[in-house]
Amino acid sequence: MALLELRHITRRFGDLEAVKDVTLSVEAGEFFTLLGPSGCGKTTILRMIAGFDEPDEGELFLDGQPLAGIPPEKRPVHTVFQSYALFPHLTVAGNIAFPLEMAGRTRDEIRRRVGETLALVHLEEKSAAFPHELSGGQKQRVALARGLVNKPRLLLLDEPLGALDAKLRERMQVELIALQREVGVTFVFVTHAQQEALALSHRIAVMNAGRVEQADVPEALYSLPKSRFVADFIGTINLIDVDVVESNRHGLLLRAAGIGDIAAPAHPGIAAGRHGALAIRPEHLRVSPHSESAGLKNHFLGTVSEYLFRGDVTIYTIRLDNGLSLEALTTNAAPGRARFHEIGDRVRVEWRHDAGIYLAD
Amino acid sequence: MTRWLVTLPPALFLVVFFLIPALIMAVASFREPGEFGGLAPLSRESLGLDAYRFIGDDIIYAWILAKSFLVAALTTVICLLLAYPLALLIARSPKRQRDLFVLLVILPFASNFLIRIYAWMMILGPLDLLYSPTAVIIGMVYVHLPFMILPLYTNLEKHDPTLLEAAQDLGAGAWTRFWRVTWPLSLPGVLSGSALVFIPVLGMFAVPELLGGTGDLLIGNLIKEQFLDNRDWPLGATLSLALTAAVLGVSALTAMYSRRTLR
Repeated sequence: MALLELRHITRRFGDLEAVKDVTLSVEAGEFFTLLGPSGCGKTTILRMIAGFDEPDEGELFLDGQPLAGIPPEKRPVHTVFQSYALFPHLTVAGNIAFPLEMAGRTRDEIRRRVGETLALVHLEEKSAAFPHELSGGQKQRVALARGLVNKPRLLLLDEPLGALDAKLRERMQVELIALQREVGVTFVFVTHAQQEALALSHRIAVMNAGRVEQADVPEALYSLPKSRFVADFIGTINLIDVDVVESNRHGLLLRAAGIGDIAAPAHPGIAAGRHGALAIRPEHLRVSPHSESAGLKNHFLGTVSEYLFRGDVTIYTIRLDNGLSLEALTTNAAPGRARFHEIGDRVRVEWRHDAGIYLAD
Repeated sequence: MTRWLVTLPPALFLVVFFLIPALIMAVASFREPGEFGGLAPLSRESLGLDAYRFIGDDIIYAWILAKSFLVAALTTVICLLLAYPLALLIARSPKRQRDLFVLLVILPFASNFLIRIYAWMMILGPLDLLYSPTAVIIGMVYVHLPFMILPLYTNLEKHDPTLLEAAQDLGAGAWTRFWRVTWPLSLPGVLSGSALVFIPVLGMFAVPELLGGTGDLLIGNLIKEQFLDNRDWPLGATLSLALTAAVLGVSALTAMYSRRTLR
């Protein structure tokens, strides 16, 4: 049985349907992420799990028990707020002790558990400090410790890394994974940062305009997106509008306006004449000087119009002869050489026929 | 240079409106009263500790000062009990309504102080409360309530509502949320409101005189009497110095307390 279940949840604010018929389940011990742009309804879902909001339709279950009508203070669910919401008048130890005191633990147990949790987040020496004396990363850790100390069934995290700078954010991501593995508490994490979601989660639900577009493991979301939105939102991807010319069990033959025919893997249930998009990740495109002969089935000539040198990789923008622009990513793995093409170079772009993903409209 | 420019105006203000008057008072307290009021001409013989000796000899002065402190403390506590829920209500109402409420709180100031006290005499008279200690407390509370509401509101309005959500999320019921989060965070507002009520009440003479009748003297009345009725300026000056010293003592204690507990 799933730890947390959402069945056909709908939440309206006036005329706006913030959450539309969402059904999800989270397993015990999972790091589950709700990913989507701001206003997609992910925070509303989090607030309904915490108990600050109730669905208009549908039901939530925790350990098989309905959550309806149970106030936030009675739910074995704790939240790490985006602003941390540390109590400014309490020390670090006082903040972490708070949920234990609410649960009526004995003084000895509180002291022991606060000590253990401080050690868990490496803040032993800050125990007597006040929140305003802490750095952003330290506040973040106190908020995590406070949420975890009373061993909730579920820890909700509302964009907890949003306020940190990029370097610190990366380090906190690593710490967060380690922490979750160590304590074994189920995490429900909300973020709009897709890289963060990919790096942290066991499973991700991608949300758009109140609906779940796709819920899957990160690898599947990245390599087999089921909709244009997911393909576009997760990572970068080239989307080419195409018509299906031929469809059989060997593969699809697609035609893109001005480019010509493109081969793609078989897609059962797609008949010729349908309109859709072909999605290809930049790292699946191979760029070579136009003089070299083509090795792959899908190949087109173009000109390098821009490039972005990132050190480990270079991202080229290549304008095909018929006007379409594609992004291609090459790794700079050859020693002593970091870039292969200049702006204005004539190049050949090619990809394996099974690299493209056909997305129906 | 800039530091001087910044600190000079308030320092100048204090010198002109506090230090110089206090010094005049201090000098007056050592002099003799004039035959027809005011002060006797300055001479070697006219300087002395007569007024201090007079106060020290009679326990009644210490008693009146203590009673005044009691009235001020009681007024402050009642004001706090009345103002806190009101300030909380205003702070948590929608933003558009808040300004209206604040306006209503300060609206009584638009009419004359004496007229408002006379209005209270007309209310308390038929209730058989006029000229009683109760009437004095009612009047004191009425006059000073806005001074408690406003600092409390200013403080409560700045509280981050997420803190209450966090407390609730971590298992705190409504009552616990108040005592563990709202109340401790509001202590600076409580302190400044209390100071704004306590100190003026100590020196207030109009309310006890009009609502309390003649039998019940407070330190404010006593001082006023020395200057206007008894024409004993040195005694009045001495009493008012004693009051100033007591008030400064109380403020020093609060300042010390707040520095220790509030950050």
